[in-house]
Amino acid sequence: MTDEKTIVTKNLVKQFKTRNGVVTAINGVTLQVHRGETYGLIGPDGAGKTTTTRVILGLLTRTGGESSILGYDSMHDTYQIRERVGYIAQQFALPGDLTVMENMQFFANIHGVSREDQKKRIPELLEFAGLEKFTTRLGGKLSGGMKKKLALACSLVHEPQVVMLDEPTLGVDPVSRREFWNLLGNLRTEKGMTIFVCTPYMDEAERCNWVGLMYKGQLIAHDSPETIKAMVPGRLLEFTPSEFAPARDLVAGMEGVTEMQTYGLMLHVFVDDLDRRQQEIQATLADQGITCAGMREIEPRMEEAFISLIHKQESYERSESTAE
Amino acid sequence: MSLLRIWAVTQKGFIQLFRDRRTLAMMLALPIIQLLLFGYAIDMNVDHVPTIVADQSQDAESRAYIEAVAASGFFDIVGYVSSSEEVAQAIDRGDVIAGIFIPPDFAAHLKRGDAQVSFLVDGSDVITAQSAYAAADVIAQNYAGKLQLEKIKRMGAALQTQPIDARVRILYNPNMTNIWFTIPGMCAMILQTQSLVLTTTALVLEREAGTIEQLLVTPIRPVELMLGKIIPNLIITLVNMLSILGMGILVFGVPFQGSFQLFFWLSVIFSFSGLGLGLLVSSISETQKQAQQIIMAVMLVAIVLGGFMFPRTTMPDALKLIGDLFPLTHFIPIARGIITKGVGLDMLWEQVTALVVYVAVILLISVRSFKQGLE
Amino acid sequence: MQGESAMQSQAKRIYALMWKELIQILRDWRTLLMILGLPILEMFLFAYAVNMTIDHIPTVVADLSMGERSQTFLDAMQTSEFFDLELYTSSEQQVIQAIESGKAVAGIVIPPDFEAQIDRGSAQVLIIFDGSDAYTVQSGYRAASAIAQTQSMVVVAQKLQRAGAAEFSPPVFTSTRILYNPNMDGMIFMLPGVIGILLQMLTMNLTAMSVVREQELGILEQILVTPARPFDLIVGKMVPNILISVLDLAIILVVGIYWFKVPFQGSFLLFALLSLLFIISGLSMGVLISTIAKTQKEAQQITSVVLMLSMLLTGMMYPRSTMPPAVSAVGGLIPVTYYLRIIRGIMTKGIGLTFMWQDVLVLVIYGLIVIVAAAKLFKKRLD
Repeated sequence: MTDEKTIVTKNLVKQFKTRNGVVTAINGVTLQVHRGETYGLIGPDGAGKTTTTRVILGLLTRTGGESSILGYDSMHDTYQIRERVGYIAQQFALPGDLTVMENMQFFANIHGVSREDQKKRIPELLEFAGLEKFTTRLGGKLSGGMKKKLALACSLVHEPQVVMLDEPTLGVDPVSRREFWNLLGNLRTEKGMTIFVCTPYMDEAERCNWVGLMYKGQLIAHDSPETIKAMVPGRLLEFTPSEFAPARDLVAGMEGVTEMQTYGLMLHVFVDDLDRRQQEIQATLADQGITCAGMREIEPRMEEAFISLIHKQESYERSESTAE
Repeated sequence: MSLLRIWAVTQKGFIQLFRDRRTLAMMLALPIIQLLLFGYAIDMNVDHVPTIVADQSQDAESRAYIEAVAASGFFDIVGYVSSSEEVAQAIDRGDVIAGIFIPPDFAAHLKRGDAQVSFLVDGSDVITAQSAYAAADVIAQNYAGKLQLEKIKRMGAALQTQPIDARVRILYNPNMTNIWFTIPGMCAMILQTQSLVLTTTALVLEREAGTIEQLLVTPIRPVELMLGKIIPNLIITLVNMLSILGMGILVFGVPFQGSFQLFFWLSVIFSFSGLGLGLLVSSISETQKQAQQIIMAVMLVAIVLGGFMFPRTTMPDALKLIGDLFPLTHFIPIARGIITKGVGLDMLWEQVTALVVYVAVILLISVRSFKQGLE
Repeated sequence: MQGESAMQSQAKRIYALMWKELIQILRDWRTLLMILGLPILEMFLFAYAVNMTIDHIPTVVADLSMGERSQTFLDAMQTSEFFDLELYTSSEQQVIQAIESGKAVAGIVIPPDFEAQIDRGSAQVLIIFDGSDAYTVQSGYRAASAIAQTQSMVVVAQKLQRAGAAEFSPPVFTSTRILYNPNMDGMIFMLPGVIGILLQMLTMNLTAMSVVREQELGILEQILVTPARPFDLIVGKMVPNILISVLDLAIILVVGIYWFKVPFQGSFLLFALLSLLFIISGLSMGVLISTIAKTQKEAQQITSVVLMLSMLLTGMMYPRSTMPPAVSAVGGLIPVTYYLRIIRGIMTKGIGLTFMWQDVLVLVIYGLIVIVAAAKLFKKRLD
């Protein structure tokens, strides 16, 4: 069952024509989403996440490659896809001058949901989204978190097999974000729905069971969060030096340090041999009169893995361009 | 008040203005297109009206009459038919606008002094109809005068037919060139509409996009914000006005009789009234659509009642009073006075005082409502 | 079976879209009020404010002769109702000054030896007009000449009678009959114009602004991912707006016919059908504009250019017969030109299809092209 592929793309390419020539927004993306999975497409702003989602949905024409949902081709079977997929665009984009109830009814009707089904399903969904008390409020007068929940409820009203969400928690407070992800979790466990999420937030990526890392229009890694985290070379040391800038420069040039990332005044240092390098670092810094507070080994998180993978990609690209 | 903060907002306005090239080009081109249309397309003096003739007499006298009609230049004879029914049908079809019907035995009736000629005019176009009506009258009178003169001469009396001669002198615009008349009105109209539309759209757009909130958290004061927003619009408006005036002078040869300096500074004062009205409109409308509708209504009333397109002298008093509520009404006589008549402040001080008072009042009200709208 | 259910679900989708549009229209009552109020405002303004024949021109007089005949002449001016003799001064300079300061628009100067001049048969009266006020000059010029001529006739007749000649009358009687609008009632002329321009402006604006707005806010994206076809979207958007436009048209007609007593001469059915066609093509034009314009501001600018051209070039107010051929051809590209001729034909002239099938044909062809183009170009994707 889990082998069934819900979303498939192969060498997907999307180019935009602008005044200054052709811009390639997606450059050969190949990905697969299995049924019942929560797939997180992560990457910095401008990586091409939204464009990928729109092309898969058939909202944009693709320039090359293949893409399909549930076996339906994005370009040719657009309407079969639209009957079976729910989508929340990045901006909250439900008519703000309709009430919560009217929005629900509108999307139910446009999807051809029968009266009887609407009577049962709309209250269920409103309760599920926690909006049952706000049915007469105008969509435009809801708070940011409630808007997203309404959008989710609207996108589920035709019982889609797949939901695609484009940065659904953008501009939503942490409590509402957690609630929203709990809703998504329920959808997966209770209904076996396939969920495709674009997000720039790493903590959200960890809640997915498959992650694709997008960078400059390319998918530079895709695997389970655990595997991605394991891709980081060596082990990770965290500490706060008493003098940040000199410590950073010193450590960066040391032997056995594969990579370094800065988090505020904290340094995250990847090393090949933990015990040996820990001692060396402390010694080197102590020579300069720098102390290290709270030096310890930590588990690499998605965030470190993500930055590390991007660094690797950047240095790869640099060597490519100098080789030419 | 901080000039630096105002300049920051102004700069932002200019950057936005120049980024959207398409809109800017439209803004600058629109008044010129309008002027060209008014200059070349619109002519209320209708002549060469396409006319059809049914001449049932077919004698020398009737032909002489038709020739006199054609020679007037008012009517262009485009065809001949044989009955008055056919004349009416041609007008029905819209082929011609006027028709002349001469019954049989015109020459004989002429001798007896009871000749009849009927003109038929398409009344569905009132402006043409009015001109044609008047023209038919004039032609008939002239024709009758000519015949009378002959008669009097035959009687042997040595009399002038026109003992009283009205010599008409038209001041400022002796040839009654339409565009001379149009240019001052257009300058006034452009100043009013553009400043109103630009201010309103800029403010409503900012509010819809939420950028006003963004600006309000900065240390800027509402008055500074307003001034900053107003300055780029003011400049665009003045550029448009000057391009119209320039084209009028260079292309259409409209003479500028009065003091340019005086006109320019009064224009600046006047455009503040449009900016003030814009602030008012933007504080009562929630969306661009609403703002657009309100502007349309305001402009419609201001243009119709302001004396730009339609004469104010014939309006009922109540409508004249409503017209007085719009600053445009007060600026049009100023513009005509300076550009066409070449008069100065000594002649215009009443209108100028009214204008200044108006602008001050509008600005005061609008600043207050703008501040309230922000809170 | 399959086909029927496809039809049913399409009907459902269209219903959903129409219902949404209608709620949105009704909820924005301010805009609705303006849409319905604007035509009434426009009609009352045009009916009561616009009067192109000018009379009661404020006039300043300098009667330097102060004789019996000059008084007769001035009386004639006053009784003509074209001139209101309001100010009396004692020199030509003062007359000009009064015009310069805007106190009077016309001035009459009668020379000191007016009586003697008349006896000699060559009296001259000077009439001065403010040329910066074109309307007044045009009307006043004609009136002044006519009055002078009449006065001349009176003098001549008196002289002839004194000379013992028989009374004579003008040899030609001209009767001018104004067809369709015998009293040259301005409203009969303006009403079709108001209908044409308002429908054009309203329909184009309604769809262009609302589609572009949904595009700007991202609502269109959210609706595009539903199974709604472009056809459904267009129909769903149009039907409520057709209702609004028809309502607007009905308001204008009712006010025009019952308040302003404008007669409706021709076939109402023909008028209704062709108006519906015009409304639908106007709405389609709005859809087409929305495919070009990216922001509401742009849409607004495009519609205002079209509106300006329509007001000036289609014969709504300004006569098309006096336009240079090139300009007139531009007007010929605007459908309002044909619609106006058609509805003037039906409402004012009371003529049928046989007299205006060419105009109707143009309107139908234009309508079909615009509707098909709108349906074809309306996006089902974002790019």
